[in-house]
Amino acid sequence: MMGVAVFIAKKLTSFATVIFGVLLLTFLLIHLVPGDPVEVMLGESASVADRVALREDLGLNRSLVEQFGAYLNKLAHGDFGQSIHTKTPIIEMLKTRYPATLKLALLSLLIGLSIGMPMGIYAALKANHWQDFVVTLVSVRLSAMPAFWLGPMLMLIFAVWLGWLPVSGMESNTSIILPALTLGFGLSAILTRMTRTSLLEVLHDDYIRTARAKGLDEKTVIFRHALRAALLPIITIVGLQMGSLLAGTVITETIFSWDGIGRLLVESIEKRDYPVTQACVLVVALSYVLVNLLTDVLYRLADPRIRASV
Amino acid sequence: MKKFAITILSFWLIAIVFGRLFHLNPNAIDLNAILVAPNSAYLLGADDLGRSIVARLLRGVEVSLIVATIVTMITMLIGVTVGLFAGFYGGKIDHILMQITDVFLAFPGILLAIAFAAVLGPGLVNLMIALSITGWVSYARLTRGQALGLRNRQHVLAAESLGAGVPRMIFKHILPLLASILVVEATYSLASVMIAEASLSFLGLGIQAPNASWGAMLRDGVRYMLVAPHYVLIVGLSLMSLILAINLGGDYLRDKLDVRTEL
Repeated sequence: MMGVAVFIAKKLTSFATVIFGVLLLTFLLIHLVPGDPVEVMLGESASVADRVALREDLGLNRSLVEQFGAYLNKLAHGDFGQSIHTKTPIIEMLKTRYPATLKLALLSLLIGLSIGMPMGIYAALKANHWQDFVVTLVSVRLSAMPAFWLGPMLMLIFAVWLGWLPVSGMESNTSIILPALTLGFGLSAILTRMTRTSLLEVLHDDYIRTARAKGLDEKTVIFRHALRAALLPIITIVGLQMGSLLAGTVITETIFSWDGIGRLLVESIEKRDYPVTQACVLVVALSYVLVNLLTDVLYRLADPRIRASV
Repeated sequence: MKKFAITILSFWLIAIVFGRLFHLNPNAIDLNAILVAPNSAYLLGADDLGRSIVARLLRGVEVSLIVATIVTMITMLIGVTVGLFAGFYGGKIDHILMQITDVFLAFPGILLAIAFAAVLGPGLVNLMIALSITGWVSYARLTRGQALGLRNRQHVLAAESLGAGVPRMIFKHILPLLASILVVEATYSLASVMIAEASLSFLGLGIQAPNASWGAMLRDGVRYMLVAPHYVLIVGLSLMSLILAINLGGDYLRDKLDVRTEL
C-alpha cells in the first residue's frame, strides 16, 4: 500500500503545480488586453468616475504580484468577482449555468457510451470482415468532424426537415436531445475505435483461450472475461474525452442556444465582460484537470496489475 | 483513398485559382439575390446579403489554408525547439518545460485559443497569434519524447565522443530522424488548425466581416436555416470534403513514411 500512497502524493504535487499554472495563466489573461482593459470593457464614452471605480474594483492600480495574491485570496473564498454589465456576482451566474452544462455533458457521455461500446464490440467480433471495415471507417471519419459541423447538420435534418425536435432553446424537454447528440456522436466515434482496439488486444490473451478451452460459451467469454479487462483503457479515454466534451460545449451550446457555461463564455466575450470570461475559462479548465486526476487515480486503483507496480 | 484525397484537394486548389482568374468577387452585394437557392446565375445560391456563395467559399478556403499553413509553421518551429531542448538536455530544463506544457494542456480543446482570441480582440493577426500560442504544445511533446530516446542512440553518442557540438548533434543526427514524424504531424495539424480557425470564426472571434470565412458562413447558415437550408448544407458539405481529404492525406503519409505515433 506504500506504493499507492507515494503515487497519490506524486500525483497531487503535479496536480497542484498544474492548478497553480492554470490560475496564473487565467489571471494574466486580462493583462493581455491591448491598451487599457478598463477602457476596452467600459467603452470610450464611460465616465471618469466609472473608470476609476472599475480600476479600483479590479485592483489594476496595484502591482501584478499583489493583484495575483488578491485574486487567489478572493477565489479561495468562492468570490469570482462580479459581472461588469449586470453587476451580479459571477458565482451566482456559474451556479445556474454550470449544472446546465453538466447535464448536457453527462447525457452526451451516456449517448457516446451506449452507441460507442456496442459498435466497438461488434467491430471487434467481426474483425477484418466488411462490417468491421464499415464501422471503423465511419467512426474514424466521424470523430474528425467538429461540433460546429455536426450540430448544424443534425439541426437541419431533425429540426428543419423532419420537424421532430425543437431547433434551439431550453424550453422543451426535448431541447437537450440535439445538442447532446452533437456531442455524443463525436464521443461515440472515438469510443467505438477504442473499444474495438482494446477488446481485440485482450481476445488474443492466454486466459481467453483458457476460458474458451474450458467450454464456456462465447457470450460469457466476451462479456465476463474479455470486456472486463478491456474496460480499463475505455475508462481512460472517457476521462480524457471529457476535456473535448467540455470544450465542445462552448460551440454546441452556442449553436443550440443552450444556457450553459460555454454560452456564458461566448456571451461574455461579445460584451467584453472579461471577469466573466476569466471565470468561465478557469472553471472549465479546473473541471478538466480534476476529471483527469480522478481518471488517473481510479485507473491505477482499478487494475490490480498496475496497483502492484506503483 | 489516396486518389479521393488528391482529387478533393486538387479540386479546391484549382477552384481557388479559377476564382482568382475570373475575378469572382466575394463581396459583391446583389440585393435581388438575397438567400436565393442555387440557379444559373448563382451556381450555389447567394447568402443573406445576396453575395455569391461560390465566390465566398473560394475566398474563405483560400484564407483558411493560408492561416493554417502559417500557424502550422510557427507552432512547429516553437514546439520542435522546445521539445528538442527538453529532450536533449533532460533534467531540470526538461522538467520545467514539461510543467509548462502541462499547464497548456490543462485547457481542453480550443478553450485557451478562445480565451486568447477574446482578450486580444478579433482579427486575422490576433487569430493567428491565439492559435500559435496554444498550438505548439503537441509538437513539443512529440519532439521531446523522440529526442529523449534518440539522445542516447549509438550514432549520437558516437558523434559526441568524436567531438561534435550540440548544434551538430541536433541538426545532423537527431532532427533528420524526426522529419517524417513531423511531416505527418503537420498534415494532421493543418486539418486541426483549419477546424480551430473555423470554430473561432464561427464564434465571431476570427476572421471578421465582410471577409469570407467558412466558420462565419456556417454560423450565418444556421441563422437562416429555416428560409435557406441550401446555405448551411453547401458550407457543411464543403467543410466535410476538405477535412476528410486532409485527414486521408495524413493517413496515407503516415503509412507511406511508416510513422508510428503513440498517443
